[in-house]
Amino acid sequence: SSTAASSTVGGGGSSEISGVKKTSKRPKYSRFTQQELPACKPILTPRWVILTFLVAGVVFIPLGVICLFASQGVVEIVDRYDTDCIPTSSRNNMVAYIQGEGDKICKRTITVTKAMKHPVYVYYQLENFYQNHRRYVKSRNDAQLRSPKEEHDVKTCAPEDNVGGEPIVPCGLVAWSLFNDTYSFSRNSQQLLVNKKGISWKSDRENKFGKNVFPKNFQKGAPIGGGTLNISKPLSEQEDLIVWMRTAALPTFRKLYGKIETDLHAGDTITVLLQNNYNTYSFNGQKKLVLSTTSWLGGRNDFLGIAYLTVGSICLFLAVTFAVLYLVKPRQLGDPSYLSWNRSAGGLQ
Amino acid sequence: MATVSGRRRKRKIQLSKLFTLTGAKACFKPDHSKIGRSGFSRVVFCNQPDSPEAESRNYCDNYVRTTKYTLATFLPKSLFEQFRRVANFYFLVVGILSFTPLAPYTAVSAIVPLTFVILATMFKEGVEDWRRKQQDIEVNNRKVRVHRGNGNFDLREWKTLRVGDILKVEKNEFFPADLVLLSSSYEDAVCYVETMNLDGETNLKLKQGLEVTLSLREELNFRDFEAFIKCEDPNANLYSFVGTMDLKGEKYPLSPQQLLLRGSKLRNTDYIYGVVIFTGPDTKVVQNSTDPPSKRSMIERKMDKIIYLMFLMVFSLAFFGSVLFGIWTRDDFQNGVMERWYLKPDDSSIFFDPKRAPMAAIYHFLTALMLNSYFIPISLYVSIEIVKVLQSIFINQDIHMYYEEADKPAHARTSNLNEELGQVGTILSDKTGTLTCNSMEFIKCSIAGTAYGRGVTEVEMAMDKRKGSALVNQSNGNSTEDAVAAEPAVKGFNFRDERIMDGNWVTETHADVIQKFFQLLAVCHTVIPEVDEDTGKISYEAESPDEAAFVIAARELGFEFFTRTQTTISVRELDLVTGERVERLYSVLNVLEFSSSKKRMSVIVQDQDGKLLLLCKGADSVMFERLSESGRKYEKETRDHVNEYADAGLRTLILAYRELDENEYEVFTERISEAKNSVSADREALIDEVTEKIEKNLVLLGATAVEDKLQNGVPDCINKLAQAGIKIWVLTGDKMETAINIGFACSLLRRDMKQIIINLETPEIQQLEKSGEKDAIAALKENVLHQITSGKAQLKASGGNAKAFALIIDGKSLAYALEEDMKGIFLELAIGCASVICCRSSPKQKALVTRLVKTGSGQTTLAIGDGANDVGMLQEADIGVGISGVEGMQAVMSSDIAIAQFRYLERLLLVHGHWCYRRISKMICYFFYKNITFGFTLFLYEAYTSFSATPAYNDWYLSLYSVFFTSLPVICLGIFDQDVSAPFCLKFPVLYQEGVQNLLFSWRRILSWMFHGFCSAIIIFFLCKTSLESQAFNHEGKTAGRDILGGTMYTCVVWVVSLQMVLTISYFTLIQHVVVWGSVVIWYLFLMVYGSLPIRMSTDAYMVFLEALAPAPSYWITTLFVVLSTMMPYFIFSAIQMRFFPMSHGTVQLLRYEDQCSNSGNFEMGRQGSVRPTLVMRSHQPES
Repeated sequence: SSTAASSTVGGGGSSEISGVKKTSKRPKYSRFTQQELPACKPILTPRWVILTFLVAGVVFIPLGVICLFASQGVVEIVDRYDTDCIPTSSRNNMVAYIQGEGDKICKRTITVTKAMKHPVYVYYQLENFYQNHRRYVKSRNDAQLRSPKEEHDVKTCAPEDNVGGEPIVPCGLVAWSLFNDTYSFSRNSQQLLVNKKGISWKSDRENKFGKNVFPKNFQKGAPIGGGTLNISKPLSEQEDLIVWMRTAALPTFRKLYGKIETDLHAGDTITVLLQNNYNTYSFNGQKKLVLSTTSWLGGRNDFLGIAYLTVGSICLFLAVTFAVLYLVKPRQLGDPSYLSWNRSAGGLQ
Repeated sequence: MATVSGRRRKRKIQLSKLFTLTGAKACFKPDHSKIGRSGFSRVVFCNQPDSPEAESRNYCDNYVRTTKYTLATFLPKSLFEQFRRVANFYFLVVGILSFTPLAPYTAVSAIVPLTFVILATMFKEGVEDWRRKQQDIEVNNRKVRVHRGNGNFDLREWKTLRVGDILKVEKNEFFPADLVLLSSSYEDAVCYVETMNLDGETNLKLKQGLEVTLSLREELNFRDFEAFIKCEDPNANLYSFVGTMDLKGEKYPLSPQQLLLRGSKLRNTDYIYGVVIFTGPDTKVVQNSTDPPSKRSMIERKMDKIIYLMFLMVFSLAFFGSVLFGIWTRDDFQNGVMERWYLKPDDSSIFFDPKRAPMAAIYHFLTALMLNSYFIPISLYVSIEIVKVLQSIFINQDIHMYYEEADKPAHARTSNLNEELGQVGTILSDKTGTLTCNSMEFIKCSIAGTAYGRGVTEVEMAMDKRKGSALVNQSNGNSTEDAVAAEPAVKGFNFRDERIMDGNWVTETHADVIQKFFQLLAVCHTVIPEVDEDTGKISYEAESPDEAAFVIAARELGFEFFTRTQTTISVRELDLVTGERVERLYSVLNVLEFSSSKKRMSVIVQDQDGKLLLLCKGADSVMFERLSESGRKYEKETRDHVNEYADAGLRTLILAYRELDENEYEVFTERISEAKNSVSADREALIDEVTEKIEKNLVLLGATAVEDKLQNGVPDCINKLAQAGIKIWVLTGDKMETAINIGFACSLLRRDMKQIIINLETPEIQQLEKSGEKDAIAALKENVLHQITSGKAQLKASGGNAKAFALIIDGKSLAYALEEDMKGIFLELAIGCASVICCRSSPKQKALVTRLVKTGSGQTTLAIGDGANDVGMLQEADIGVGISGVEGMQAVMSSDIAIAQFRYLERLLLVHGHWCYRRISKMICYFFYKNITFGFTLFLYEAYTSFSATPAYNDWYLSLYSVFFTSLPVICLGIFDQDVSAPFCLKFPVLYQEGVQNLLFSWRRILSWMFHGFCSAIIIFFLCKTSLESQAFNHEGKTAGRDILGGTMYTCVVWVVSLQMVLTISYFTLIQHVVVWGSVVIWYLFLMVYGSLPIRMSTDAYMVFLEALAPAPSYWITTLFVVLSTMMPYFIFSAIQMRFFPMSHGTVQLLRYEDQCSNSGNFEMGRQGSVRPTLVMRSHQPES
């Protein structure tokens, strides 16, 4: 073929041939352009499948046991009090009761079933409360919470933005609806102190809520939503508010109320004096008081442990099943008879 | 080209007279009366472009722009192009809406990804246009000599040319604008022009200036030259031109004969002078340029449908949510009783107002549309475009598709159709130049009833192979190599027969006939000889390779044609009487040129003895009937030989001559000049009629046979493609016998195939044709229908076993078969056959057949061809592949992908097509999967916010998902993924069927992927929700808020989507590892960096990772559990599928794996231990 090429060039000589070669359009060889990069080409061979399931099972089951163990180690006492704390006479119109004037003290007795090591965390749990509603979530102003200079920045807070032209600090529906049931605990008529320090995230206390921002005009307008704030304390120290303002993800949520820094023993009877102020009755929301210890994993929730165990067992089961299947139906791996269109290839063979 | 080294001998001949019929004398035609009226208003002030009159005309400058955009139009035009896409438009609307209070997220976060995507696309457009701009700059700044007064010609840039400029264009230069030829280096102002860029024809065109200007041959002549040209307005018709030149008060008509078009090249002429009449955008070539028809692949069209489906889903989800939201909102405040008092429903804006709940629901609908916009992958289009450009680069760069001899790599002219290459069901191929080389070789001849030529054609070899003859067995399998080895020393001549070679013919019995035969070959043509001055070698420039082959054959056999003047042809030949080599001069009196209707050409010459001879060569179908009674002496033998030659796949011509007496010739010249001077419309017909009368009573000399060699590797390639289940149709202009034999040679037809032949060439049909007029057509049609139905009956009888059948149909029958009422049944028959050959088909029929297959069978069609006659077919087919061969650029210019050799089609389809199809379809499926997984978690979360459209994630998590955390892996999938490597693709052509049957992009598969997305989202959401529900999240008793749930869920989504990518990819290079794991790492990094920004920017993501998520074991344990559990169903599914119901690529992967194991890693393609012989056709040898 090269002879033909050179014969047409004639007596031009080799200089031209090399000249031609210089400008050749021949693609340069590289493993990249030729798509021949070294690669691993994983395929699901029986060995891999069985191995994967085995490993997953072997990892999941111990993890499940550990999780379950952690969860089981947590002692949790839940006391639903929303209905019980309404006097029987008012139970047919609980909303009127809760909105009415007067002291709504309620006394609850809790029996500790298992020893609880301190700190014992005190939570309130609300249900059917949409803290994640878009109107609600957006009705706040973070700038205003950080710095007194921004206190007039209330445009996102409507309708809880100002009272008579004066800006509300903290503004917005979230702050306005601050949870205001209070609990005090006693054991054997001995007061159990509830530590309310450190119940919020550190970054919230230090950076989101200003040390020199004080509540202003809060709950001054009508109607009053939820709790009030101590005007003389800066927002960064109002940890109940800080916890409340970190909105919950789901309509059922717990928020930290405080910590009891003493051990509770099994069989202890704890008397809770609670102020039942917060209106969850309008929307049929439940209120619960929760006392709980924590493990390294957090609070009590067996789900994760059980789920790990379940999935781990399924994996082991599948590993065995696949192994059996591969044994029962042994088939040459790359059996070409699987290549369909073998016979109907529209033409040959 | 011989022009490089040797200077050509200057031929100062008035060649124009040679072309007696084309070089018609300039005369005023009726058209010229229109000059000055509308449409013919152009006035050119020659040589005075600066004069005020000329400037007042304000003709455009000579800058030619091929760019899509200018600086000013780039922004609006490209933006418009972008937002014409419905998905982009949707995102634009969403972006605009995000500035209203309706938005569930901040406006900036919604705009950023859109801007990014739009900018990326615009950047790509801009780069492409910049390349074109560079080309423009290069072209527009080329230099040409322009008259600048006083007879001085300066070099100026093309773009500065103005209408009226006088130019001097030199040899091998392109014309910078449309010019009127004034004079040339030849005395009679002729010049040769190569118009390959315009019409793809390689032969040179002759142009001639007016007689009045031919004396302007020196630069100084132009000092005082002045003329006006009035002519037609700019238009796109390349072959017409009407104008007058006003010179010194006299008017002279101008015709296309004087017009030199931009884009063509001056050849064989030292220089010309011309005047610019059309510049820049007014030139014919620019006026002619239209955008090629844009083709979209099947997958892309389907993708549009998926997008609409997604819209439907988005809208219905939004609607569903809005209704519930409306009900919920209404219930908040009824009869003065507030339910969710903390929302203050009594004092609410319209968006949440219980009193106007329906309105609120409608507004919510818009909000939900914005929130659900994450279902639509915003970066889909731009990713696909990037991927396709890179895929095209891979095609262009493939070293296995580079043709060394012509220095031509493959060239994907459009990147739109890459994946379509993987779905081709039917290939429609041209024959000449596509399956064959289109370089003709004189191989056999029949003279005076004796057959000469011992060469064996490829077709004969194939035929012998078919018959199992032992003769060919030695060369079996490497016939192509043999052919290369046996390549003749002289290009175009492969004749071996000692009886007539080396002057031995004189001893043959019919020596006189042999002499006449070769004289005819040396004289009857329009070839121009070129003598290399250094070597004295003669090369020929011919209109067609056939003609060149004849002249070369004559030369090699001792009849050397060496000079041509305007009226004579000189031949060095052996004198039969004296036995000496003499130079003989033939005066050429007339050339009756070849036309496709006449199918013959003749010359009338006078030899040195004063004898008048008419020499004629033509197709057998027209020649035999023109023989005189006495001239039929060798008819029978010749006919037999011609049939034999046709059987051997050769192209045949019949040669005959006739002596004319003077009177007859005088009558003829009178008539012919009368005819050619007539102005009426039927001038051509008149000329035909005259020539008809003289081209008869011929004496038969013999027949020639030239071979058009099959290209290398064609049979193997066709064999492979057939194994891949691709139907191959050959559409050729050849005779049926030739076509059938070529079919055998290129293994399109096989011995065990049953041929169904449909033709109208039988004697009784011909009889019928001659007899009747009206009934005949109906009868013919009836006949074709009958043949088709009987063919179908045969097909049916065989039980639908299609492999055994081949359909061969001729052009005449095809014309009937393609008629509206018959094409359905014809198509059914054709589809039932494995191979189809259409003989004697016209370009139009080729296009029609292509359309019939495309629309009728619904299959993807690929047309492949090399010539201008294939253009219709290439444009009609789903994919047009042009062979950049010898027949010019026309086919390549209208093709989508150009390759140099037919055999590269195998790699183009089976490797690149297969990969691209897989990549694109997987990529699109994955795109929708990942966005559904993400979008549906948002929707599920929204359901837990009483459908108030609270997003589960931070604004920036939302907006960066598509463009930042998940886009690169999917792009990598689209660029790099390979199910099996190239050698395996070629080894197992059946893999290709995955594309033909569209298994990877069927609705079932698309919907399964979507379903998978929904499942993943549900698993992720509910597992995360239950795991983190209400208990303490960490050791310090803190509970999980929106930020923590969002962060955890998002982490799970990123992991799941990335691991799904890992399971989807079957080819893991370092790049994939970096990109996939990188995406996950980037997510964590982003979470960290973004969370550390001041609260003003990071809002509710502030310190989420560093303070809350990272230190909490439950975050990590939950992530691990959720991610692995979500992957589980798919993993089980693919394990079962791989083992028990593998698709073909899976099987091949397993085969590869097995081989790898058994060869302990040193896997060689040659080894086929475990592979059944039925599957392995021919192992592909990897290039070392």
